[in-house]
Amino acid sequence: MRSRKPRDWNAASLGQKLAAFAGLAFLHLPVWVIVLYAFTTEDRTYQFPPPGLTLHWFSVAFAREDIWAALRMSLSVASVATAMAILLGTLAAFALAQSRVRGREAITLLFVLPIALPGIITGIALLSAFKFADIQPGFWTIVTGHATFCIVIVHNNVIARLRRLPQSWIEASMDLGADGFQTFRYVLLPQIATALLAGGMLAFALSFDEIIVTLFTAGHEKTLPIWFFNELFRPRERPITNVVAVTVVLITMVPILLAYWLTRPGEFESK
Amino acid sequence: MTPAIELAGVSRTFGAVHALDNVSLAIAPGEFFALLGPSGSGKTTCLRQIAGFDHPTQGKILLDGDNVTDIPPFERSVNTVFQDYALFPHMSVAENVAYGPKVRGVAEPERKRLALEALELVRLVAFAERAPAQLSGGQKQRVALARALINRPKVLLLDEPLGALDLRLREEMQIELKSIQQQVGITFVYVTHDQGEALSMADRIAVFRDGRMEQLDSPRDLYERPRTAFVARFVGSANVVEGELARRITGAARSFAIRAEAIEVFPAGAPAPAGALTCEGVLEDLHYHGATSRWHVRMDDGPILAAVRPEGSADVKASRGDRIRLAWSRENIVPLADA
Amino acid sequence: MRAIAKYLYGRPGFYLALLLLPPLLWLGTVYLGSLLALLLQSFYAIDEFTARIVPKITLETYRQLVSHPANVDIVLRTLGMAAAVTITAAVIAFPIANYMARYASPRMKALFYVGVMLPMWTSYLVKVYAWRLVLAKQGILSWFLDQFGLMPALDAALQTPVVGGPSLASSYLGMFIVFVYMWLPFMILPLTAALERVPQSLLQASADLGARPGQTFRNVVLPLALPGLAAGSVFTFSLTLGDYIIPSVVGAPGYFIGMMVYQQQGTAGNLPLAAAFSVVPIILIAIYLSLAKRLGAFDAL
Repeated sequence: MRSRKPRDWNAASLGQKLAAFAGLAFLHLPVWVIVLYAFTTEDRTYQFPPPGLTLHWFSVAFAREDIWAALRMSLSVASVATAMAILLGTLAAFALAQSRVRGREAITLLFVLPIALPGIITGIALLSAFKFADIQPGFWTIVTGHATFCIVIVHNNVIARLRRLPQSWIEASMDLGADGFQTFRYVLLPQIATALLAGGMLAFALSFDEIIVTLFTAGHEKTLPIWFFNELFRPRERPITNVVAVTVVLITMVPILLAYWLTRPGEFESK
Repeated sequence: MTPAIELAGVSRTFGAVHALDNVSLAIAPGEFFALLGPSGSGKTTCLRQIAGFDHPTQGKILLDGDNVTDIPPFERSVNTVFQDYALFPHMSVAENVAYGPKVRGVAEPERKRLALEALELVRLVAFAERAPAQLSGGQKQRVALARALINRPKVLLLDEPLGALDLRLREEMQIELKSIQQQVGITFVYVTHDQGEALSMADRIAVFRDGRMEQLDSPRDLYERPRTAFVARFVGSANVVEGELARRITGAARSFAIRAEAIEVFPAGAPAPAGALTCEGVLEDLHYHGATSRWHVRMDDGPILAAVRPEGSADVKASRGDRIRLAWSRENIVPLADA
Repeated sequence: MRAIAKYLYGRPGFYLALLLLPPLLWLGTVYLGSLLALLLQSFYAIDEFTARIVPKITLETYRQLVSHPANVDIVLRTLGMAAAVTITAAVIAFPIANYMARYASPRMKALFYVGVMLPMWTSYLVKVYAWRLVLAKQGILSWFLDQFGLMPALDAALQTPVVGGPSLASSYLGMFIVFVYMWLPFMILPLTAALERVPQSLLQASADLGARPGQTFRNVVLPLALPGLAAGSVFTFSLTLGDYIIPSVVGAPGYFIGMMVYQQQGTAGNLPLAAAFSVVPIILIAIYLSLAKRLGAFDAL
């Protein structure tokens, strides 16, 4: 008879643990690389380890008007796209959370398609449509592209929360004399607020960072990712690119962490 | 007198399913009225029609004589205590209770006063500033009650309000609910699947089955004079005797109900009281229930009859497998309408 | 207000239409309309002499797409990369997802969750850029390998035909690493969600009935994790098929579908060919989805 070691069901074997932590480390390695390189004194090659560290490049980048312009552009695009996404995504979530919608499956498919299909398809499709309609690419074409997938993000976040709300809360509110608007204002909005905010944050971060669709819809406008993309191909100013990279990471990290904090498990417990 | 609520030929279908099938009933002002039935019998659908969460496919609903069939819930003078309490988690107890006056435009100090008054009624003033999550099940129940009563509705609807509570608390709350109803004098419509609850609390009970109203009567009549086999079994846990066995015992083919407490137990062949109806079978099971014991006796041609005897007064000492004679007086049988 | 609320309450269909109309109009016209425009564009062709688009329906562009061996190569190369990336991502993701779903304490789980979320949401371009720094000739990876005397191993890998190249930053091997890195979180998250739904008692039952850990994994865990694996693979597959940044920043000279789309609409000015090329991933993803569906991969979702 084979003797078997008693198995502790709550403990992972060393191998499993190592594999998990190694995977996590793999995911984080490049992010730290970027942070390190922003301080390097070497400005021509990617030499490792950096021969020295300096804050010099931050002040150089700070003085660059083209970077500020691109940053402003990205922030405005993300703001407008997020606002549109919050409005349209919330409306859609409220409609599709009801079970009696006819053709709900088809509509739901339409609402996942923009993130299920590769971004390049959204990009080239929008570009063809703009060509057909003879629309000059610019700020609003960028916003159009971004809003399309941002709607999906907000919709997903809000509908997930709405599905967890008991129907009886809405009924109780109406039963006590609140009409549809009051029920929305006093019961539904406070309940979905964090999900809505989180969806908005994610949409903002996604838009701020978007490159694949934007390259097709931007025309001559420069968002920060487009500025960055151009630097990747003619890397004349590596140290400044490094500084911008760290800045972009920091700017996107804030809304992401906030969104996580707003929807973290246990934050929302019914009753 | 105008009924507080009247349902006139109300039907509600979901596709091919008849959740409510031509239900008509009238509930008097101040009455404690119970809708009783197993799950899926239509009692909750019926309640939702009165509340206005759902609308009948056919028929009319009158509230205090006014047709409210198409009036939305927020315009009906009807309030509901929900099975899951449905307290809003982002509001304090006082805010929950004050919600009705708030959405009706009552100013802050006044609605605060009303809320405390309502909480007084359910003895929870001390908990006014708590969050619902910090309350026990019974306390949540009482907050839900205060919240529903604050608008002084013409009718209060209660949807299995005690279903989630444990037995002891449930019994306490039954007494409290009854006394609150007498205090406020509002018509209560109470949905439950627990016949004991309905019998002990209600002035009248409507028994539902498959979307139809099977019988509407006072608790005593319902218990003692069930009209159908379903009511006899569901409300009184009575024995229903049908077909050949009924013919052998009474001489007529009509089925009847006989309550287990009305059956006396004798050894086989023993002389029964004069004029009694009797039958014999084999004792299959004997359950001890403390004050009483329950005898399950299988008749020679199949059906089992149950007899409940006070413990200690047992007319016979018997054990499983013994032949037993059952006897009851003729006036205790209740002839049933259906086959 | 009250009157409007009452009006809408009595007309649920109208109310629903009001809610649904704006987003549906937006996605319906802007997004679906664009997809149709794209499809239409792919049935146009370019006049070879004037280099202008001729707005007449023709299959000429598709004929070009399938008849040029170079184009077929591009499709096959992209498909091969997508398959390799998907499989590798699944293999790496499994231990992480399994650890998160089964063994990690609530604190550790939250840490892992944030740990996967943050890199996933970190700027896409910055991550690509970071990998260029890591994979460059004098970059970090080379330095580390040098410290451990492993340079010959790297050189050997780079000399392998097809996957190799002058440096990691300009080889299919390097591109493959970056792809796997980029899409790994998209595999970990759905896989974790699926594994979390497998009750512990099933594993204990399997072990109790005499299955060795390997057998339990094959017969119990893997089938139940399939929906998560399928969902994750749709992401990794679809994202690899459509990407054009990674192959142009890190990688070998061979073209990929995404690059072809980008270049044909841009410098080459052949929008019809770009459109036809972009229809390829749509078809491939549709085939992949229907296959996964037929295998019952989404039944438990």
